[in-house]
Amino acid sequence: MKLTVASSPHIRGNFRTNRIMLDVVLSLLPALAVGIFMLGIRALIVTLICVAAAVAAEWFYSFITKTRNTVVDCSAMVTGLLLAMTLPATVPYWQAAIGSVFAIIVVKALCGGLGQNIFNPALAARAFLLLIYPVGMTRYASVDGVASATPLHHMVMPALPEESILDMFLGNCPGSIGEISALALLLGGAYLVWRKVISIRIPAAYLGSVALLTLIFSKTGAPLAWMLYSLFSGGVMLGAIFMATDYATSPATAMGQIIYGIGCGVLTVVFRYFGLFPEGVTYAILIMNALVWILDRYTAPRRFGTKKGGAAK
Amino acid sequence: MKHLFFGGIHPKYNKEMSTTVTQFRTIVPKQVVIPLVQHIGTPCEPLVAVGDKVLRGQKIGDGEGLCVPVHASVSGTVVAIEPRPHVKGTDVMSIVIENDFQDTPINVTPNTVPLEQMDKDSILHAIRESGIVGMGGAAFPGNIKALTAMGNIDTLIANACECEPYITADDSLLRTQPEKVLEGMLILRQVLNPNRIVLAVEDNKREAIEKLHGILPQYPGIELTVLPTRYPQGAEKQLVQALTGREVPPGQLPVAVNCAVFNVSTYAAIYRAVRLGMPITQRIVTVSGEAIAQPQNFIVRIGTPFYDLIEAAGGLHDRTERVISGGPMMGIAQSDLQVPVVKATNSILCLLKDQNGAAENPVCLRCGKCVNVCPMHLLPLYMYRFTNAGRADELDRLHVLDCIECGSCAFTCPGKLPLVETFRKGKKLLREVNAK
Repeated sequence: MKLTVASSPHIRGNFRTNRIMLDVVLSLLPALAVGIFMLGIRALIVTLICVAAAVAAEWFYSFITKTRNTVVDCSAMVTGLLLAMTLPATVPYWQAAIGSVFAIIVVKALCGGLGQNIFNPALAARAFLLLIYPVGMTRYASVDGVASATPLHHMVMPALPEESILDMFLGNCPGSIGEISALALLLGGAYLVWRKVISIRIPAAYLGSVALLTLIFSKTGAPLAWMLYSLFSGGVMLGAIFMATDYATSPATAMGQIIYGIGCGVLTVVFRYFGLFPEGVTYAILIMNALVWILDRYTAPRRFGTKKGGAAK
Repeated sequence: MKHLFFGGIHPKYNKEMSTTVTQFRTIVPKQVVIPLVQHIGTPCEPLVAVGDKVLRGQKIGDGEGLCVPVHASVSGTVVAIEPRPHVKGTDVMSIVIENDFQDTPINVTPNTVPLEQMDKDSILHAIRESGIVGMGGAAFPGNIKALTAMGNIDTLIANACECEPYITADDSLLRTQPEKVLEGMLILRQVLNPNRIVLAVEDNKREAIEKLHGILPQYPGIELTVLPTRYPQGAEKQLVQALTGREVPPGQLPVAVNCAVFNVSTYAAIYRAVRLGMPITQRIVTVSGEAIAQPQNFIVRIGTPFYDLIEAAGGLHDRTERVISGGPMMGIAQSDLQVPVVKATNSILCLLKDQNGAAENPVCLRCGKCVNVCPMHLLPLYMYRFTNAGRADELDRLHVLDCIECGSCAFTCPGKLPLVETFRKGKKLLREVNAK
């Protein structure tokens, strides 16, 4: 009998890459469902195109570089889906496809592949699309197809949006495909925390700092309402729960994650208050992405055995 | 008070498999192979020659310095002194004895001197002469550990955690002969004079805990602490941390924080050595795993080939993938089933192919789960990258030498990275660079 001689450990747990990716897809389905329900079937088509383009781009890249086919680990699917979540339902199909290809080829594959990229592929692709197709990317339609201002546009004035807080929470408001329903996103996030895919640190730090800053520095006379509107509008929920928690582009240390979450929150509020665009999430997260390496370097846990007062000698 | 430790994992423990059989058969083989090194330190020199007749318990090898003697575990004739396969993977000079099945022991007189009148030096001498090493796996010479602890400790610990999955050898000892362990603890207390002596056990050993509660009143002064089951609670540094809140400083031993830890089997062996004059000639070994027909514990003579135990447990499954000496997290995979049981062998594990096994093309996702489970507060994902990049300076900054190779990170990694073997390489690289 031929016995295998290999290194310990000889047993492993059942966490697996593709399983984690599928969990992420599952967790995004409620938000996607609300998006399709509120914004129409076009939202579904945009999503499918993003996913298909991402998977095709990944397959194509491994084909021409003769490297191992990485499509099976489902990460391209997740990138495509996440990008679709950030797009308006009215975005031209070809722009969505180009965004996906950019995300996979330029931001992910050319930067080193799975686990090695510095910037969040979906968000970097969104920033790219905003730059070259500003019109297609900023026209948001409401349920009846008429172009309208999103709640964020109202908040820039500054004024409280027309929709009620409850509407914003449930998703009865304009916005991009995945960001309109805070409830759906929170449900998805809770699923991911329960499945131990993400830790609650980054979302809590991100949302907590946004909440605190908007509460203290409210732009209207109703700070509590302003805070809630700030949390439920735009891409903050989507960003805090799904984008900032992306493995490759967030810190691996506990303290690093907390600082990262707070940094994202602070920058989001700063960009919303003082920036030209009504939204700040995309650039906030991308800037924090660039700082991850330095966060990890300086937030390593205390070395075991160096506790003050622990050693008796 | 329970301070516990950071990280750790909860693998499936599969302990019930090997505890259904409650009678432990004693396995006495036709031939025993006694390696001349079963401890950390200098190998022994043989004290017998081919053709000599030996008795059970007779010293057949000894050496100078950091060395502990080895003894014949059966009576019979020495048929060879030659290199033989050893569980650690290389061949080791060994004495091969053909069993005459008379089981004639050496002449010993029991020591009935009351504990308080026992002289420390003679206790330490008996410990050394009986070949006592750490029987939990580390195999450090027992008398040396006791010597360095003398006058330096306030807490003496008995490690009954047995945190690795499948293994129930220490558990079996506690269920059947707990008095020997407790007597051994009292003997060491006489030598080391600690303020506190604690027997630590994980909470998944309910029967053993009940037994201990039953007889502990006869041993005033010995505490029993039940710790939550978590791997690697039985690792020395984590155990000291859980029981006392102190962290052993990097590169040092528990004595640096005034603690000494011994495995419960070692305490039982100390009792036998000091009270009965008998050296280590046998121990309890768990034979378990999904690939063995009848998992159970045996009482095994030192030097018994693995093959004999596997046969006694019903034989291997056709699709056995690995046979491991030790546990599934830190044990050593074997290729030759003729390797002998040594003093520190607590388990023979026979496994089918792991469904969650290593991937062909491991990729690090940077998920950080490894950081969450490392009991030594390390950053495995970065240690992995920098070892592969050959960066000894970064490995030093990341404290790779602190790694206890427990395998918690590799167990958890979704990308199925070969973390532990990479860290062994990294440690080697750093040591080579430091040596220059």
